Order: sequence, then C-alpha cells, then structure tokens
Amino acid sequence: MDFELSADQEALRDGIAELLAGRFGIERVRACENLPGAVDRERWRELGEAGVFALRLPEADGGLDLGLVDAAVVFEELGAALVPGPLVWSEVCAGVVGGAADGSTVVGGVSAQVGDRVVIEHLGGIDALARVGSERVARLEPGDVTAEPLARPLDPLTPVSLVEALPEGDPLALAPARARRDGAVLCAAYLVGMARAMAASGVVYALEREQFDRPIGSFQSIKHLLADAAVRVEMARASVHAAALHVDDPELGDVRRAVAGSKHLAGEAAIANARTALQVHGGMGFTWEVDVHLYLKRAWVLDTVFGSADEHADAVAACLSSFPLA
Amino acid sequence: MDLRYTDADEAFRAELRSWLESTLQDLPAPPARDDWAERRRYDTDWQRRLHDAGYAGLNWPERVGGRAASPSEQLIFLEETTRARAPYVGVNFVGTLHAGPTLIAEASEEQQERYLPSILRGDEVWCQGFSEPTAGSDLASLRTKAVRDGDEYVVNGQKIWCSFAQVADFCELLVRTDPEAKKQAGITWLILPMDSPGIEIRPIDTVAGSSEFAEVFLGDVRVPVANRVGDENDGWRITQVTFSFERGTAFVSELVDARRLANELAVLARRAPRMEGSAWDDATVRRELGHIVAELDALWALTKRNVSQAERTGSPGPGSMMIKLAYSEARQRLGELSLRVLDRAALAFSDDLLSGADELLEERLRTLALTIAAGTSQIQRNIIAERVLGLPRK
Repeated sequence: MDFELSADQEALRDGIAELLAGRFGIERVRACENLPGAVDRERWRELGEAGVFALRLPEADGGLDLGLVDAAVVFEELGAALVPGPLVWSEVCAGVVGGAADGSTVVGGVSAQVGDRVVIEHLGGIDALARVGSERVARLEPGDVTAEPLARPLDPLTPVSLVEALPEGDPLALAPARARRDGAVLCAAYLVGMARAMAASGVVYALEREQFDRPIGSFQSIKHLLADAAVRVEMARASVHAAALHVDDPELGDVRRAVAGSKHLAGEAAIANARTALQVHGGMGFTWEVDVHLYLKRAWVLDTVFGSADEHADAVAACLSSFPLA
Repeated sequence: MDLRYTDADEAFRAELRSWLESTLQDLPAPPARDDWAERRRYDTDWQRRLHDAGYAGLNWPERVGGRAASPSEQLIFLEETTRARAPYVGVNFVGTLHAGPTLIAEASEEQQERYLPSILRGDEVWCQGFSEPTAGSDLASLRTKAVRDGDEYVVNGQKIWCSFAQVADFCELLVRTDPEAKKQAGITWLILPMDSPGIEIRPIDTVAGSSEFAEVFLGDVRVPVANRVGDENDGWRITQVTFSFERGTAFVSELVDARRLANELAVLARRAPRMEGSAWDDATVRRELGHIVAELDALWALTKRNVSQAERTGSPGPGSMMIKLAYSEARQRLGELSLRVLDRAALAFSDDLLSGADELLEERLRTLALTIAAGTSQIQRNIIAERVLGLPRK
C-alpha cells in the first residue's frame, strides 16, 4: 500500500498545473464568458494535445493507458484553475466520440432530468451531446436540438439553454452506469481542486488584509474557518483518490459507496470553502471583481450534475449493510 | 498510488488473524467497569499475551524489546484487533503509547532497562500527570512545583485527568522546577512512583458515571533526582518529542469501531419503531448517516495516506492533525444521530427496550470527550491554522 502520489503522478500534476498557469490564467478563464458556449476552443485543443482527455485510453488509441486516479489528479488541477467547459463529459466520452480525445471535438452531456424541460450547459460551444438515459448513452448533434439560451445563467462561465424535448440520438458504446460513475469521480476531483483554490485564496487574503492593526488571519475566528476549509480539502481529496482506485480495482471494496462518498464530500467542500473564502474576503468577497463568486457559483452548478451531495449521501446510506457486520 | 497491501503485509495480517482467533476464544469475560483491580488484571493479562506472541511494542525499536514494525503493519494490527473485538489497550494506554515512547526517545539507558520491559510485559502500569485544574489547553502554565532537596525533588501540587491513576505503578509527571523562567522553559519530566508517601487519589465521576480519570494531590512527595528524564527544565521539549512517535495510526481503532457502529446504527434503525414503520424510513436519518459514513470513509482513506507518508518519510505529515479534529467532530454527529434513532429507547442504559441501545448510549456519552481530550477542537484548529496554513499567532 502506498496511498501517496507516485513520482509519475506528481510529474503529471505539476505538468498540468504549469500548463494551466501559463495558458488558462484567471483572465483567460473570465474571457470565456464572451465565447460561444463559454468554451475556449483554441485552448481546448491545447488541453487535448496535452492528453487531458486521453489519459485513460489505450496506447493504441493514442492514450496513456493510465487509471482513473491519474485522471483525477489532472482534474483537480483543472478545477483549481476553474477551466470552463464540459471537461468531464469530454473525458468520459473520449473513447467513443471521435475527436474528443485530442480536443478537436468538444463533447457536452446531459443526464436524465426530472420534469418536462431540460437544461443543458455549454450547448453553443459543443460538437456532440451525450445523453445519459437509464438504458443507454446516446449521441445527439447539437444542431438537432431546439434550444433557447437563457439570458442570465447563475454561473457566467456556465451558459445554459432550455430545451423542450431531446431527440433520441444514436447509441454510444458506453454503459450509462459507467458514465455516471466515472463522471461523478472526475467531477468530484474537479470540485476538490476548486475547494483547494478557495481555501488557499482565503489564507492569502487573511495574511494581507489588516484590521484593528493586525492581519485578520491572526484572529481565531478566521483561523478556525480556514482550518476547517483545509481539513475539507484533505478529506475530500483522500476520498476521491480512494474512489478512483476502487473503480479501477473493485476488489478493494464497495465501489458504489466509495464513489458516492467522494462526490458528496467534494461537492460539500467546494461549496463550503467558497463560502468561507467569500466570508473571509468580507465586502470584497461580495464583489464581481474578486474571483470567489465564480468558484461558488460553479460549485453550486456542479452539485447538480453526476448526482447532488444529497443524492450521494442517500446512496452511501443505501450501501450500508442491513445486517450486523461480522 | 495503490491501496493494495504487499504480500508481506497480507502475511502479517493472516498470521495475526489466526492468532486472534485462537487467543480470543479462551479469553475470560471482561470485568465490570467499576472493578478497577480486576480491570487492571484483565488488561495487563492481555498485554502479557500480546507480549508473549510478539505483538507488544509493535512500533518500538528492537533494542528495547519491540518489533520495529512498519507503519502499515501497525495499521493492520490496530485494524484487525479492533475488528476482532480484542480487548482495548485499557490500563496500558499511557505506558505503551505515551510514557514508553517518551522513555525510548529521552530516558537514560538505565531508566530504559528498568521501565520499558515491564511496560511491554504488562507487569507495570503507568498514568499521566500533565493537566492541572488551571492548566488545560494552556498546559505549559502548569504550577505543580518541584524543589530540589539533595538527591530528591519535593513535589507539591495537584494534577487532574490522570487516566488509570487508581491502578498505576508510575506516573509521567510534569513539574515546574524554575518558577522564574518563561513558562515552557521551567518544566521538568519526572517518573513518580505511585506508592510514594503524600499522594492522594480521588476518582473523577464523569458524565458517563465512573471513569478511568482521577485527580491526584501531591503533598511533599519526594521523588529521587535519578527519576528525572532528561535535563532539569527540559521537560516541555520532551513532551513534544513524544508526539514524534506518532505514525498516523492514533485513530485507527476509533475509526474502525466508528465505521462498525455506523453500520450497527443502520441495522438498529430498521428495528426502531415509529408511528409508521421504522426510523430507517426517515429520509433525514438516512441522509445524515450517509454523510457521516462518507466522512468516516474519507478519514479511513486519509489515515492510509498518513501511514503511507510515514512509510516514506518517517512522519505522517499535517494530515494526522486533521484526523483528530475531523474524526472527533464526525463522531459527535454520529452520537447525536444515535440518540435521534433510539428516541425513547435512549432513556435508560438497557437493551430491554431495543437490543443494541445500551452500547450506542454508552458510546454517546464516552465520545463527548473526544472534542476535548488531547487538545480541544478549538486548539486543534489553531494548530492547523498556525502550523499548516502559516497564519500568524498574534
């Protein structure tokens, strides 16, 4: 057992972090608001060339033959940088939608939704739409979808469209359970990155902001908020890595419980840490100028995909045995 | 990254399992909780069995009779013994996990030879004399005074929260030897024989009823200078060294047991009657339990992460500080949820109303201490903020 990043995984993490720092700084991220579907296609290609979507594909298909945990390491960095777009869907569909692996095709997605009307993210910026139903995953062409863009999305970097009805589409060679499971883990990894970035942002601000002639980070009330935020990151990350390893090696234990727990904790961590960062930033945290609201809004958005924190808590409970353990 | 154990680790586990299976079979029933003489006998008998089987002092170096086991073997040992419901470390807690490791790191060769083997064999029991009525979270402000008189220190003062003092042979005692120095700089670490004249022990009744805790009053107690560990006034550093023995496994037993209890609660909730159906039909109960279990599972994963780091570097890293805080808080929530599920079956310590209720109720009371003992949650948050996040002390 060695539940720490390997040297290769550290190199993977550092490599993607460096790429994102150079090519997807927060100014570039914010600029996505004005692009169709908020997808930066030029940079998306660069992510594809760096292997972001092909990590888990076999080498014969141009992939790196890595595991879900390696992909989780990369997605944590994407989340920390708040890279917009349907990254998780594109990774999950990379083996079944041509061009997704190298970033030349942007794949969005939608899961079965309750109610008549369907909300779809990033519709204006995608080339294919994966629809996950109870029986199958289908590929839809965005051009075939009649949709109304909504003028004021909650997250300015996640534009949404309203669709009255979805066509059936063509079946993809991807099991719905697998799409949901892998999507939940990668989305959770992305949320861990967001939670980490928000915890760090709170610490930086608490060190520089002075009130009553002291850095506010010297006050216990602020320290305790930030300590809790740091704990949430460590727990959620350990949970996500464990879930990813369970997916790749089901003999380790209950995969469903591990996956549900990870999305639950990561979602909670991202929301709570963004709230913490907003509170620590005081009035500045309430402004459009400071990045915190972008993270908080994204965290709210991502709690609605691949299962909400509530749904996953219920799923964990459902995994508990109805018999005393031996 | 890998959660699979090595073949060597699995072999260690298999051997331990088979030893536990055969040993636990003919273990006598545990004594009544208030019968301290019998509890000492029971716990030290278990320690002796561990010793004879080569499982005592698992993480102690071989030169003092330990096994020099790796952190992952420690993890496996604690996991398997807890799962098998083997006796808890009990009265051997301070000796094997606190005073012993301190002596290994800081005591003279003679002191080590005198005290360590008898801790490992379960021959002698230790207690802790650190906290005082006016020195809790601010431990370094302790006031129990030791004045040098020839070859002896004369000790006067009062200690509190001394676990197992009523059955202990020795006490790891912190005393103030220099009242003028900065508070951390005037403390000395002494080995106090508990049969010394001038010691009065008063058991403390806790919220759970009787407990292992006691107050210890020290009136002109004479302690040989030879019983000092390390230099005079160097005791504060020595207490810190103790923690460097930690390999990320401090909460393994607690976590294994908490995860078992969470499952027990899911089972019991199906039997806990409500107006219609059972407590398990209440979606808020299931959701809260799911949340707690997700946290406990994450803490279990984080424990493995810390152990892995200890394997690599010798130290478990900042994650081990976080586990104490997060575990004790999660455990409070599990306790609260237990009471919600038990409802009126929680009104007495009894299985007559609902089988399994007694244990959950005992655990609810016992675990109230978790967010207080060994550093309150508030102190833990300060430590994380200052030592991990680098926020200023003032």
